[in-house]
Amino acid sequence: MTETQRSPDGAALDDRGPERAAGLRVEAVRVPQSGIATEARAAAVVWQREMIRFFKDRTRIVSSLAQPLLFLFVLGSGLGSLLSSAGGRSGGVSLPTFLFPGVLAISVLFTAAFSGISIVWDREFGFLREMLVAPVSTTSILLGKAVGGATVATLQCILLLALAGLVGVPYDPLMFVELLVLIFLMAFMICALGLMLAARLKQVQTAMPMVQLIITPLMFLSGALFPLGNLPTWLTVLTHINPMTYAVEPLRHVVFARLNASAADLARYDPGIHWGSFLVPTWLEIVLTIGFSVLLLGLAVTRFRRTE
Amino acid sequence: MDQPAVSVSGLTKRYGEVEAVRGIDLEVARGETFGFLGPNGAGKSTTINILCTLVEPTGGTAAVAGLDVVADRAAVRRRIGLVFQEPTLDGPMSGEQNLRFHGELYGVDRRTAAARREEVLRTVGLWERRKDPVTTYSGGMRRRLEIARGLLHSPQVLFLDEPTIGLDPQTRASIWNYLARLGEAEEITVFVTTHYMDEAENCDRIAIMNEGRIVALDTPEALKAQVGADRVSVTTEDDEAALVAVRREFGLEAAVREGAVTISVPDGAGFVPRLFAALTAEGVVVKSVAVTRPSLDDVFLAHTGTTLRDAEANRGPSMHPMAMRMRGR
Repeated sequence: MTETQRSPDGAALDDRGPERAAGLRVEAVRVPQSGIATEARAAAVVWQREMIRFFKDRTRIVSSLAQPLLFLFVLGSGLGSLLSSAGGRSGGVSLPTFLFPGVLAISVLFTAAFSGISIVWDREFGFLREMLVAPVSTTSILLGKAVGGATVATLQCILLLALAGLVGVPYDPLMFVELLVLIFLMAFMICALGLMLAARLKQVQTAMPMVQLIITPLMFLSGALFPLGNLPTWLTVLTHINPMTYAVEPLRHVVFARLNASAADLARYDPGIHWGSFLVPTWLEIVLTIGFSVLLLGLAVTRFRRTE
Repeated sequence: MDQPAVSVSGLTKRYGEVEAVRGIDLEVARGETFGFLGPNGAGKSTTINILCTLVEPTGGTAAVAGLDVVADRAAVRRRIGLVFQEPTLDGPMSGEQNLRFHGELYGVDRRTAAARREEVLRTVGLWERRKDPVTTYSGGMRRRLEIARGLLHSPQVLFLDEPTIGLDPQTRASIWNYLARLGEAEEITVFVTTHYMDEAENCDRIAIMNEGRIVALDTPEALKAQVGADRVSVTTEDDEAALVAVRREFGLEAAVREGAVTISVPDGAGFVPRLFAALTAEGVVVKSVAVTRPSLDDVFLAHTGTTLRDAEANRGPSMHPMAMRMRGR
């Protein structure tokens, strides 16, 4: 084992390669029957790959912060001054404070959607094929991918959460735990949506219009940027059929529960989702988010099975 | 355990109007290196994709490692290694990470996984480069990594679909060197498609496929022996006159192939002087002459009536149903 075995292409081969390999021969590895454990390992390694990619790509971590910061401080401060100069009641809640949970949601939306749609890159570079021909179910592969995307989006959000104090949101540990759980659920749902959208995409170029066409409307129609009370009927209907709405509202609820906001401010800035006169409770919103996640991932699996 | 590694009977596959595979029968013994030859669009890729459980056959049956490719899909997948025409590596990950990923995906026993990774990386001569991202690998190295990955889970059959396509001749030779030696290091059946005739010589047996059918199936030597004749190719100033002269003087059929008058004769070297004399007598100026021993190209020619190159030129790349499917993904 003294000399290197480097064999540049076309150059003379190391003649002893296979012999040496035969020397180190280990018993043939065993590929077990399929089962939950095998499926879980497959999903776990797909997740792990997402983590490796995330930590390798530090520029993505930093650049993904730009948009939420612009929303929070530029839009927040800009529109905030407009509101107060127009004589609007700013009450006890500043616009940046109001926007904080919404901006978290927007950041998650774009990161998670991108993670899901990124499977188009895997297809373009052929790696998707390596994953889909393995003796494991498509569900495990996509589940690993969605949990991976959700983890990435949640990790990125931690940086934003650290800024809570700057916009007047208290550093309450329990609030952060609740937010992280909710963010993870939302990210999983959006990632599953991204996977479903990407199932039929063949080229990376077609992925960007998809973001413009689907993801951006989801952002505007989710109540991330405005309270859901007193909207025109058409807008109320659109926000109510948007799955994102039910994932955003719990975030705002959790944040507002920690603010010393008056009842009037709460009613104005965090009215909740009303189906007619029925106020959708937070637990139901979470159940809906999970339900949408299962549905979207199921659709993604079906669509991937059909295409490959 | 002496069931064949691959056994195919009456296999057909139809893509709409295109009949890619038109009823093939085939048996590959365990430990054999089996070559699957034919021009683009002959149905090789479709057949290999059926065997790999990636495409369902329209008719007939196929079994790999004794398991039906339709009924026991997952079980077949666990027992086969795959190397595709198109690259399927993750570029940002290192060679070793790609293998680790594969091992987890295939549920390879963790206790032996690391040793097995080292073993296959050494087999393909990539152990020293294992930590480097795949993006820094050359085309030939990537191919070798894919072969290593295909071997990682100790498959019974390794399928390689055009593993040397797009590689330069030297790299092609190097890949074949590794493949040919696999049999020594592994108890494995190798099923490989190619449309390079010279590569098929490395196989124990080969099947020649054309237009969805197997037109010949034997050892390379036996196939060449069937052809039995040397090929004499002459380029002249007047090919038409040369054809007439050969026909009249020797009673031999000659044809213009790839720009040369081509004649099949048992003893090529002995025939050349007589050919020269006859052509000179007719006033035909000979520019060059070549005598070739029978090659698999001649086998292909003998069985299909066309050279491999001509078969591909006539067909064009768009007739490749698998390629269309791949592009359509």
